[in-house]
Amino acid sequence: MPEFFRRFAATSLTARVALGISLLLIIGGTFVSLAAFAYGREAARSAYDRLLLGAANNIAAAIEIRDGVPEIELPVSAFELMAFAPDDRIGYRLIGPDSSTLTGYDEIALPRGRRELEDGFFDSSFFGEPARFAVVSRRFAERTLNGTIRVVVGQTLLARDAMAYDITTKALYVLAASGLAMVLLAAVVVRSVLKPLEKIAGGLSARDPHDLTPIDTSVPKETAVMISALNGFMARLDRQMKSMRHLISDTAHQLRTPVAALRAQADLFAGEADPARRDKIVERIETRSASLGRLLDQMLSQALVIHRGESARRARVDLRDVALDVFEDGDHEVLSPETDVFLELGEEPAIVLADEPSLKEALKNLLGNALKYGRSPVRIGAGLRGGQAEIWVKDAGEGPEPGTIAEIGGRFNRGQFARQSSAGLGLAIAHSVADSFGGKLGLEKLPEGGFRAVLIFEAVTEGVS
Amino acid sequence: MRRLFCRLLLAVSIFGVWPAAAQAQEMIAYYGPEDAPEVLVLRTTTDISIFGPVVETFLAQRPDVGVRFEQWGSNDLYHLSRQDCRAGAPGADIVISSGVHQMVKLVNEACASPYRSRLTERLPAALRWRDELWGISREPAVIVYNRQLVPEQDIPKTRFDLLDLLRPQDSPYAGRVATYDIEESGLGYLFAFADSQEASTFGALQESFGRTQAISTCCSVDIIRGVAEGRYRIAYNVLGSYAHGYQQQDDRIGIVLPSDYTLVLARALMITKDARHETTAKAFLDFLLSSEGTLALRKALLISPLLEDEEGSEGESLSSTALRPIGLTPSLMVALDASTRETFLKRWRATFPGP
Repeated sequence: MPEFFRRFAATSLTARVALGISLLLIIGGTFVSLAAFAYGREAARSAYDRLLLGAANNIAAAIEIRDGVPEIELPVSAFELMAFAPDDRIGYRLIGPDSSTLTGYDEIALPRGRRELEDGFFDSSFFGEPARFAVVSRRFAERTLNGTIRVVVGQTLLARDAMAYDITTKALYVLAASGLAMVLLAAVVVRSVLKPLEKIAGGLSARDPHDLTPIDTSVPKETAVMISALNGFMARLDRQMKSMRHLISDTAHQLRTPVAALRAQADLFAGEADPARRDKIVERIETRSASLGRLLDQMLSQALVIHRGESARRARVDLRDVALDVFEDGDHEVLSPETDVFLELGEEPAIVLADEPSLKEALKNLLGNALKYGRSPVRIGAGLRGGQAEIWVKDAGEGPEPGTIAEIGGRFNRGQFARQSSAGLGLAIAHSVADSFGGKLGLEKLPEGGFRAVLIFEAVTEGVS
Repeated sequence: MRRLFCRLLLAVSIFGVWPAAAQAQEMIAYYGPEDAPEVLVLRTTTDISIFGPVVETFLAQRPDVGVRFEQWGSNDLYHLSRQDCRAGAPGADIVISSGVHQMVKLVNEACASPYRSRLTERLPAALRWRDELWGISREPAVIVYNRQLVPEQDIPKTRFDLLDLLRPQDSPYAGRVATYDIEESGLGYLFAFADSQEASTFGALQESFGRTQAISTCCSVDIIRGVAEGRYRIAYNVLGSYAHGYQQQDDRIGIVLPSDYTLVLARALMITKDARHETTAKAFLDFLLSSEGTLALRKALLISPLLEDEEGSEGESLSSTALRPIGLTPSLMVALDASTRETFLKRWRATFPGP
């Protein structure tokens, strides 16, 4: 069975519709045929039963009592009524009050147990052929004759069967015609439904591989879902591609200068004979390569952040945990052992929907900036403020010049965030993390003195996922 | 030319009286080679002298078939066939009767075997019932008059004319009009019954007959001879084929097809359910319906030229709506219903108090 389902899932839509339609036609057709047959039989039965009843009533009405003896002159009209079934044999019997046959066929027996029979119908046979009979009673209350005369009139079933057959076949013709119409209609509908898909497929395969612009969405609503998903996917791909391109060009740009400087120092070193100066050059090379290493770290973490910002799943993260983790990692003790670093955590959990590694990377960069350019003591912390979750780094310094802050913000907006110093790069990383998860980066001089870099997100209320 | 001979085995009378009680054929004839391997038994009310030539035409192409032709009175034929049918005894292979109501009843009682062919399907619906009963002849019920005794202006063209003739107190036709005794003659009863269904004229006619003491007597030929000899001036409801046949030998009689309406009888044929020679019987039926058979029937006047001839007898011409074929329908069973017949006859007897 699973094999069957797997195969079914791969069946073409046309085949599915065809299967559905044929199932519908077979089941519906069988049902309608049976219903038509039953209806035909019932219609024929009631139509001819009425004729029989009419004939019987007609005969009963023609009975007259003369001198205490029923005088019967069968009305021809009664028989002409029954002759509407032209090829059927006719049986009739008139039964007197004493159960004797007044006239007609003795062979017609009333069904047993219907001695006190009311008017009605019964099935029996007539000279070996199945037949249906109607019984009508007429009461007489004359001085000379008191009792009931019963008129039994019957017919064989040829006309009924013919009529039932006729009705059934006609119904089947209609059924066949409507079935055919359904098949044609289904074919037309399937073709017109699949046309947009073919159009999309054709458009996609004809597309330039670097063309990630949205596909024209003037398609039916149902396929528009697919198209908008596809467009969303392409937009993401496009953004990733752009960031990759930026990253690569920025990286090339950023690395060129320090690497050139290193080479220059190395050249100097090769041409220097004075050991004291050589030592100095070596020292410089060391410092340069260390700063190059930091730059590389930051660029990689930026690449990571950009990548994760696009692709990582959002999870519930408590910002206090992020701050705690960064604090406990203790990078600052390595980078700047002389600076005092404190942790300040809020009382309530500050939950946001974000990616934890990205947040950590952002915080580490902000901390790095504070250690490098700020003044001790440095505090990192997280908490809720006015319904918003914050994670921040403070230092006691003045922070960058106000103009620099404005300039940095502008560059962020122009997407040129990476072409700057390593401090700018750290801020750029923090900015793109904030951007990826719907938050923002704040750089503010505190009124009580000092500088604060903060990431602010919409807090997720506890209990809501 | 093969030898064909016909023997009259027994002749009660050529144009005989139909015996009421005794069940005996009036006449038997044998057609075909004496040692024929297959002998078809044909029972009919039609006179041997009239229908014999038709049978001979049929046998002309069939050297190995013989026909035993039995002529019966219609009531006897009905009772015998019914008896055979109920007993399952193989009596006749083919029954042909002018008492079509009796034939309808026999078919209603499942005494016939069905047959369908191209030729039977060509018959009009009124001359075919259940594919078990077929009308093979066309014979009008006519008024016959004596040419000498009935002056030109008195010839009744319609039933109304006949009523007018009988109306005057001193009508010369009082007591000189004859019709069938419907108690004795199955055919007469059938015609009377059909008349009673057809128009109200019949009641008036019956009343006139009673008042003028018309004669009710038996049998076509007796009545026709009576008219020819002048015993009766006019005879009502006589079978046209007999009258026409008689007229060809004796032109003292004239024939009128009443133009208000003319009943047309088609003798009914059935193949019995116990027929021993069913195949040959079917072949015989097909022969009668074929053009060859129709021609033979026409020669025998069983398909009456009176109905087709434009000039007709005595320049009579009828619109086709005036022709009322007695259709082979189950309604005819009413005519045979015992108590209906009794009621009908009671009224008849009141009209004809008896001789």
